[in-house]
Amino acid sequence: MSWLENLTLTSPSGYWNPVLWLAFLIIFAVIGYIVYSRGNRRYKPNTEQVKPFISGNAVDDVEQIRVRASDIYWGFMEALKGYYNVLMRMHTGDVRDYILWYLGVGAIILFILVGGV
Amino acid sequence: MIEHLPALMIAVPLFGAFTTPLFKKKPRAAALWALSITAVTLCLGILLVKEVTTKGMMIYVFGASSPGLVLPSGYHVPVRIIFEVDAMGAFMALSAVLMSFIGAMYSYSHVKFETGLEKYYALLLLLEVGILGMVLTGDLFNLFVFLEIAGISGSALVGFRNYRGEASEAGLKYLIVSAVASLMVLFSIGLLYGEYGNLNMAYLSTQIGFNTVDIIALGLLFTSFAMKCGAVPTHYWVPDAYSEVPAGINPTLLVATYASLYALFRVSFSLFGKVTLTMSSVGWIMSVIGVLTMFIGVTMALVQKDVKRLMSYHAISQTGYMLLGVGVGLTVINDPAKMAAFGRDAMAGGIFHIINHIIYKSLLLMTAGALFYVTGTRNLNEMGGLARKMPYTTIAFIVGAAAISGIPPFNGFASKFLIYETSYQLNPLLAIFAMVTSILTLASFVKVFASAFLGPPVEKYENVGEVPKPMVAAMLILAALCILFGLFPNIVLNKLVYPAVDALLNLSGYQTWGGVL
Repeated sequence: MSWLENLTLTSPSGYWNPVLWLAFLIIFAVIGYIVYSRGNRRYKPNTEQVKPFISGNAVDDVEQIRVRASDIYWGFMEALKGYYNVLMRMHTGDVRDYILWYLGVGAIILFILVGGV
Repeated sequence: MIEHLPALMIAVPLFGAFTTPLFKKKPRAAALWALSITAVTLCLGILLVKEVTTKGMMIYVFGASSPGLVLPSGYHVPVRIIFEVDAMGAFMALSAVLMSFIGAMYSYSHVKFETGLEKYYALLLLLEVGILGMVLTGDLFNLFVFLEIAGISGSALVGFRNYRGEASEAGLKYLIVSAVASLMVLFSIGLLYGEYGNLNMAYLSTQIGFNTVDIIALGLLFTSFAMKCGAVPTHYWVPDAYSEVPAGINPTLLVATYASLYALFRVSFSLFGKVTLTMSSVGWIMSVIGVLTMFIGVTMALVQKDVKRLMSYHAISQTGYMLLGVGVGLTVINDPAKMAAFGRDAMAGGIFHIINHIIYKSLLLMTAGALFYVTGTRNLNEMGGLARKMPYTTIAFIVGAAAISGIPPFNGFASKFLIYETSYQLNPLLAIFAMVTSILTLASFVKVFASAFLGPPVEKYENVGEVPKPMVAAMLILAALCILFGLFPNIVLNKLVYPAVDALLNLSGYQTWGGVL
């Protein structure tokens, strides 16, 4: 089994072995396939069954009902509005601010090192 | 020839950079020439790594036949420029040559419709020279010279698409930031030279007494290299530069960023390694900056709609992991028990993450470049349903996204696994931030996948197809590396990463040029 041990990455309190991981993956894939194979056999692709149903209204253009990137995680951003307001104010895109931040950080690091904090 | 490898690593791409403009009227030939030069440098890099990992540190002296001749009789200090290549330098050099080759391969098709390609490839090779010089040299002033070469060629490449106002602006910003950082590095070198009358890092490291002037030099070097490697809150240039640079340059520019991280580590562990007690405060500073970098980077990425800008913020975020891993090691540097228990593994995690991140982030930026190549936009709001049109790019993206999110069995998992566990042992809060960052990273890439690749097809992209073969090949090579490094992390750790960690920790070996002195 030394080849298996060779593949084992040990850390201070655990280990990671890709072969074991693959073995588990195969087991779960088999379980998944069994569940899938016992699914509803009346399903027919490319028929009325698979069309989106929105309260019986006709759906014309699917492109228009896409969830766009800007809308994904809208709730997350809304919940963290205060945090994002601060972040956005920091990211001005002005190169003079970039240098100011550099000077500020440099001053703090020097203060810590020279002051021996 | 083997003994000249360090010099050849610089000479070959430098020769390539100066001869590429000869192909001004034949851009295809310029591309092939650059590809051949990067391939030769890659072979040299592999040889260098083999040599250093089997036989130990390589010392190369310019202007003398042997390292001992740097000590003229009666004046026992090194006066010549020396390349001091230990396993850490070789590790970084391998990353640089590999990514330059991949970048040149990808660029062959990606920029074929641009003009001025001879300049593009000459600058790519110059950027490679700058990085290799930075990671191979043992001379502080030489480090500054190569930092400048990398900074100037990098900013010219960022502004390469000068018909876009944003690219010119980003190039100029990168130039200003690089110039300020380099100026401060030069000032620090001046302080050290004024005090000790020498520029050799190994020699300086034996002399440094850590008075106030030394502390100022350390503080300035630390801040300057932290800004150049994109640590928060001096990271603002990163999204500007990474978004505008052509995707074929992204891998090399990424390594250039981590060459500054390497310089930061070299300053902390080798140049100022003697003063271990103060360096543990530097370790805490590094760890805290690392956590801030990873968290602010990922939360900024989450709200982006420009695919390359989003990935650029992730590059910042991932730099945080490296700073955290190595910072944890530096924090416990004066505690042998903790160093043996988790410090060395933490550093291994941080350094392993450098190469892992270089691989998967280059891959992801290339997939972003492929999306831009096909759609002509970087706006995720305008994309959709591209998985059917670009199957190889989609596979490459999935592998890269899984790797950056730390999903097993991809390479990002292995290094993050080490970082989580070891940072937990220093302070559980550090590990919690690291894990939350990974979850947010996954969320962010789910957003990219859903908006660009999934969903109903967009009418205007009805006739688009997969990107050209050289671009696909470059992406698939990196995707394969993501899987291989994830499946066999032990091989990479034992052959490359732990020797690099030990080289950083072996201060006496560095100070004596691997026993030559």
